[in-house]
Amino acid sequence: MRDAPQHALLADGRLHLQHGPIDLIIETFGADVEIIKAHRAAIRRFDPVLGELCSELEALRRQARPGLSVVSGPVARRMEAAVVPFAADHFITPMAAVAGAVADAILAAMAEAATLEKAYVNNGGDIALLLSPTARFSAAMIGDPGKGEVVGIARIDGRSPVRGIATSGRHGRSFSRGIADAVTVLAQSAAEADAAATIIANAVDLPGHPAVTRQQACDLDPQSDLGNRLVTIALGPLRRSEIEDALANGLAMAEHLKRSGLIEAASLHLSGTTLATDASTDRPFRLQEAAIHA
Amino acid sequence: MSAPPDGKIRCDACPVLCYIKPGMSGACDRYANENGELVRVDPHILLERTVSGGGTVVPFLEGGGDWDGDLIRASNPFVTAIGAGTTYPDYKPAPFIVSSKVDGVDMVTVVTEGIYSYCGVKVKIDTDRFIGPERSLVRADGEPVGHVMTGEYGSQMLSLGGVNHLTHGGKKEGRVTCEVLMDLCNGKAVELNVDDGATLIVQAGQPPIVNGETEARMRVGCGSATIGMFAKQWHGKVDEVVVVDDHITGVLSEHQAGKMLDIRETGIRMKGRRSTPGRYFHVAQPGSGWGGTDITDPLEIVAGFNPDKAWPGMTLLMVSTTGEQHAFFRLDERLNPVETPLPADLRRSVELISENCEPALCSVLFMAGAGGSLRAGVTENPVRLTRSVKDALTTVTAGGAPVYVWPGGGITFMVDVLALPENAFGYVPTPALVAPIEFTMTLADYAALGGHLDHIRPLDDILDEESGRQVTQSPAITALRRAGA
Repeated sequence: MRDAPQHALLADGRLHLQHGPIDLIIETFGADVEIIKAHRAAIRRFDPVLGELCSELEALRRQARPGLSVVSGPVARRMEAAVVPFAADHFITPMAAVAGAVADAILAAMAEAATLEKAYVNNGGDIALLLSPTARFSAAMIGDPGKGEVVGIARIDGRSPVRGIATSGRHGRSFSRGIADAVTVLAQSAAEADAAATIIANAVDLPGHPAVTRQQACDLDPQSDLGNRLVTIALGPLRRSEIEDALANGLAMAEHLKRSGLIEAASLHLSGTTLATDASTDRPFRLQEAAIHA
Repeated sequence: MSAPPDGKIRCDACPVLCYIKPGMSGACDRYANENGELVRVDPHILLERTVSGGGTVVPFLEGGGDWDGDLIRASNPFVTAIGAGTTYPDYKPAPFIVSSKVDGVDMVTVVTEGIYSYCGVKVKIDTDRFIGPERSLVRADGEPVGHVMTGEYGSQMLSLGGVNHLTHGGKKEGRVTCEVLMDLCNGKAVELNVDDGATLIVQAGQPPIVNGETEARMRVGCGSATIGMFAKQWHGKVDEVVVVDDHITGVLSEHQAGKMLDIRETGIRMKGRRSTPGRYFHVAQPGSGWGGTDITDPLEIVAGFNPDKAWPGMTLLMVSTTGEQHAFFRLDERLNPVETPLPADLRRSVELISENCEPALCSVLFMAGAGGSLRAGVTENPVRLTRSVKDALTTVTAGGAPVYVWPGGGITFMVDVLALPENAFGYVPTPALVAPIEFTMTLADYAALGGHLDHIRPLDDILDEESGRQVTQSPAITALRRAGA
């Protein structure tokens, strides 16, 4: 028997929605009546979303092709659109953007139903943002979720085009083909950030290095969209220069995506070292290394 | 759930319909394949109460067998609220309202998990060592999480948590307090620092560690009581005995028990303040030395010997209230005490003190109040639930464990955390603790107090069903942690 979608208002006013693998934490800022409207809209949009995705799951697990749309649901289309820019050069399926696309869709439903100053939908670390021009949002970036160490802060204000944050890496629930502990990307939507984070995290790599243990994805999860491609399952100690090399590989990719207009910024973290595309302070968003290691 | 070859199973808990390999979990991390069986990783738990009272815990999904619905007494499983989930505020009924029959009477158990912003723990630490002044702040990770309460029999009390630390202090204070409470309630060791006091490692059911030293035993009694208990053992074997205790140090020859045995005066002069004959307060400062004082050399508390009363060759035993420290002295010609080996017959008396000391442990009681919204999940008329509990018509349990319900308003209860199954406590980022609570009453009483009768489900449904669970466990932190699928 199926578990129904779950809705819970946490004591601090945040809304928690869960269905199968989707876990959303939603916070809204605005007048009480607007918050209630937004919550209702979020729940209405949330309840069918997993079913919609699963009806097209097979297609969503296949390599995306530029110019050839094979899915029809609105969230599936959003996923596909987010990964297509990478499809010519990389193996990527729309599933690489599923978390971000769901976050975007729920946020869009709330924005349509209510007048809010600020809101976010956090789908397990992939975050869709609604910010009025005067609103600000900051997110702590965690290197290794097992340690919970804050490696940096992403600060975004409403004047910037950033409306999505996503993080990818080898500690997450999904597989990574690279070795990055975490790559956090700021982009114009959560789906775009999600797809780009996957690509950049894959690029933080040392191909053939003996300290990297890899296994076929299908051995770990029979239904993985990555099939028999190798994914990183363990990482031994690396020399300083190797860490820098791997990060440089990822940073080159991040800079390339930034020049192409696909992302706004990225922060890459590996074995205690962090590199970012843009640490300048004269922009309406910035990524900074944590002043305090909490 | 269906079972294709090679041990993979297909989970049908949600539309993703994951194929899960043995030993792996599905995409949600909530369901897993354990030896070919689909199991929920965050299960409800059934308590199988045994006659011996030991109790074993079985996962919810293991077959429940026939249950006659005996909820409180021996030898039957009990549906706990652990993993039941809840909603907050409870604008809808509790996740499980279970009906069953006991001795022909229809019974209802309302099973829910409470989110407690008003909660804390009372910790009893069996030690006479000085842990810090009463009212001192107790800190974890630098944050105030509670304070030192009163000294009690053979023990020091801490009060930790409570709404002022959880939600009225700083953000970090609330988070750290929540972590400390959850760890203590789940039986984990927690390091605490007392302002102007000791560093403590506290773990329910384990000996306390005070400033790095593991406390082995509780004292047998105060110094004076120890004199009373063992005076006869010492009579005729030693001229004077001092039982060193931070609370009341006892002196045999002056003590009522010594007088009864006609023990000769020894002229010993003690430091500190004499309370009644043979009983001294404040012989030293509190500390982690002898008998909860700060001394390591027992002679520090002896001011001297009156030459009119003392005599060369006089013997003196000094011992702590746990028997852990002891020393034996003989006065030389100038009445100076000289340490000499403890004679065998006195060694036996010291061992007897030690034998009579109980093991020193930390005990942790969780205390929380079932607020209006939690009660609203049970009945449409929350105050009637309170009255029903006070009138003993409704039994309250926490994860199947008996609780003590405070008199007075509301439903504020205390429960020994070791009586709950393992890892029964969770938290939400409010911060607040999540703990199981069950209300059991007859169907008639439930109807009378305005219960959600239309939500009652037969017990068999709960035992058979794998679904309908309301889950509100939040991700531990809204950390940035994943992308893609």
